[in-house]
Amino acid sequence: MLYRTTGQFKTSYRTDQALFPIRQDAFLLTIILIFAWAILPFTASEFAFQTLLIPVLIYALAATGLNILTGYAGQLSLGTGAFMGVGAYACYKLITIFPEMNLLIAVLLSGVFSAGVGVLFGLPSLRIKGFYLAIATLAAQFFLVWLFEKWPWLYNYNASGAIQVPNVDIFGVAIAGPLATSQAQYYFVLGVVTLLTVITINLTRGSLGRSWKAVRDMDIAAELIGINLLKAKLMAFAVSSYIVGVAGALFVFLWRGAAEPNLFDIELSFRVLFIAIIGGLGSILGNYLGAILIVALPVILNTVPELVGLEIKSATVEHINVMIVGALIIFFLIVEPHGLARLWQLIREKLIIWPFPH
Amino acid sequence: MEILGSIFIDPFVDMVAAPDFLLQVLWEGLVSGVLYALIALGFVLIFRSSRIFNFAQGIMVVFAALTLVGLHAAGLPAWVAFIATLGVMFLLAVGIERVVLRPLVNQPDIILFMATIGITLFLVGGGEIIFGGENKVMISDELGIPDGSLEFNPWDGFLLIEARDVTVVFGAVVMVAALLAFLNYSRMGRAIRALGDDHQAALSVGISLTTIWVLVWFLAGIIALMTGIAWGSRAGVSFALEIIALKALPVLMLGGLESITGAIVGGIAIGLLEKLFEIYWGQPLLGGSTEAWFAYVLALVVLLFRPQGLFGEKIIERV
Repeated sequence: MLYRTTGQFKTSYRTDQALFPIRQDAFLLTIILIFAWAILPFTASEFAFQTLLIPVLIYALAATGLNILTGYAGQLSLGTGAFMGVGAYACYKLITIFPEMNLLIAVLLSGVFSAGVGVLFGLPSLRIKGFYLAIATLAAQFFLVWLFEKWPWLYNYNASGAIQVPNVDIFGVAIAGPLATSQAQYYFVLGVVTLLTVITINLTRGSLGRSWKAVRDMDIAAELIGINLLKAKLMAFAVSSYIVGVAGALFVFLWRGAAEPNLFDIELSFRVLFIAIIGGLGSILGNYLGAILIVALPVILNTVPELVGLEIKSATVEHINVMIVGALIIFFLIVEPHGLARLWQLIREKLIIWPFPH
Repeated sequence: MEILGSIFIDPFVDMVAAPDFLLQVLWEGLVSGVLYALIALGFVLIFRSSRIFNFAQGIMVVFAALTLVGLHAAGLPAWVAFIATLGVMFLLAVGIERVVLRPLVNQPDIILFMATIGITLFLVGGGEIIFGGENKVMISDELGIPDGSLEFNPWDGFLLIEARDVTVVFGAVVMVAALLAFLNYSRMGRAIRALGDDHQAALSVGISLTTIWVLVWFLAGIIALMTGIAWGSRAGVSFALEIIALKALPVLMLGGLESITGAIVGGIAIGLLEKLFEIYWGQPLLGGSTEAWFAYVLALVVLLFRPQGLFGEKIIERV
């Protein structure tokens, strides 16, 4: 009923290929955007900003970057964490070398550095395929984290070996550092994430996105129909690492506030990979659903025992969390290997033909 | 010029100047290489028979070692605890096959890979709850692993070899020989290899997929237990062991995902080379702890020349 498509006729190919072929999709998205831009920022508590809203957006952005590479172009990557690190360290260097620079420009520029590193480690993808390619990104993962630790110039030779976010403001509003309010941080993150998501959606719909999908499905066949493999694969690595790098800069500057090299180790890579896979490979919506699940799950699991009145040690809760996340990953993979986005697709199809099953 | 000299000449001068130290480094490298090879062997067995890239092999090592130590601490004699641990690994294999693998038959590789990461997280959480996270001492004396060390004096130098390292290397050789004999001469072993060659052909001659999968995961569990004992007697049993398991990935890539020979050669090569690089190039020139990435970069360079690894099956692609 809510999703009835009667009366929505398509009279040209252009309307058929539109971003929202069904009016209700656009309507639903408008409601979500109004919530995200106008209602949540004024109603959410400090706790909700810091443990749910901001991390969900940042993780979703990182997963979007990974999804371009793994979901659209079919190149498995286990080095997302390190590429996030490149973005974060690049942003830190930019801000400390040019303190006058607008943070927005610094964040968007820092992605360029990680894109460069990404292309460098993407070069082997032209020769190495499948699981073997995972080694190239793993080499990036371990080498870069080692570099973050051993190259003092990156953290300005300070004694702790960690980077500390300075106070940064844009037009008089504190955005990053200890003085910033969560609301301002949220708006900044939301703005960047929205911008990059819109660009990504259109990239994946365009000719570049189609060539990525062809490469994913079979790269030799793609080459035979005239797709330039070198360009398609390296563009996938560049765009993916760019987005991941921006996510990394946001991760440190607008959420964590400080970072040590081991923040970017392989566990971060796997967390982003979980989000992309549980959300659904080859889907943009899935990244958000996956990020909501992975970020919210520990928060919920932490509050449940208190609500029920059980007294469990926090270390035990931590371990139970790890166990439940593991079990849930297996559960979701069994129930729907194509991820949460696919689940939503099925529900939507059911809603369109509801109440008749066929 | 000075830089070139310190890269290309000085390390070799050091090696020739102190041959006994070089031997010591090589021995250390060999022992850790053997342990990498053992972990990689568990991966290869599972990959050959089911095309599953089993990320959980590392945590299986930890879990097996923890179970063994935990059962012994609960009062069982060492050898009874050993056999009981084998039983636990068998139950684990059956459980994984039933709950995880059976519903996921025929899914893309990456989905199965993710599922094994799910298993890893589940075992990490479970292991921490049951056994606790603190470092434990492997019951090597009770299992009859000799203690003490041997000293040699080659070229008027000094070389120290731990007796338990000798046991580890010797035990690994025996185990690999037994495994190869099993795979090549027993009925079940041949079935495993048949399944690795062609799933459908193997099914059509009556080989049971589920039985073989349980068997393969059980074998990987036995290898995990052996690796756990070997590594645990050197460095204690803790979840840090899991990191070492990641080292098995470059070993596999270097040797080729399908090849048992590749796992062994790759493991020993990486163990030796990363130790040499760390001592003679990493510490003087790069500030140390290059062992964290050397293996991966080495494997990457080798793969650029041989995309299927040193001993892997040649990848033939058709459109």
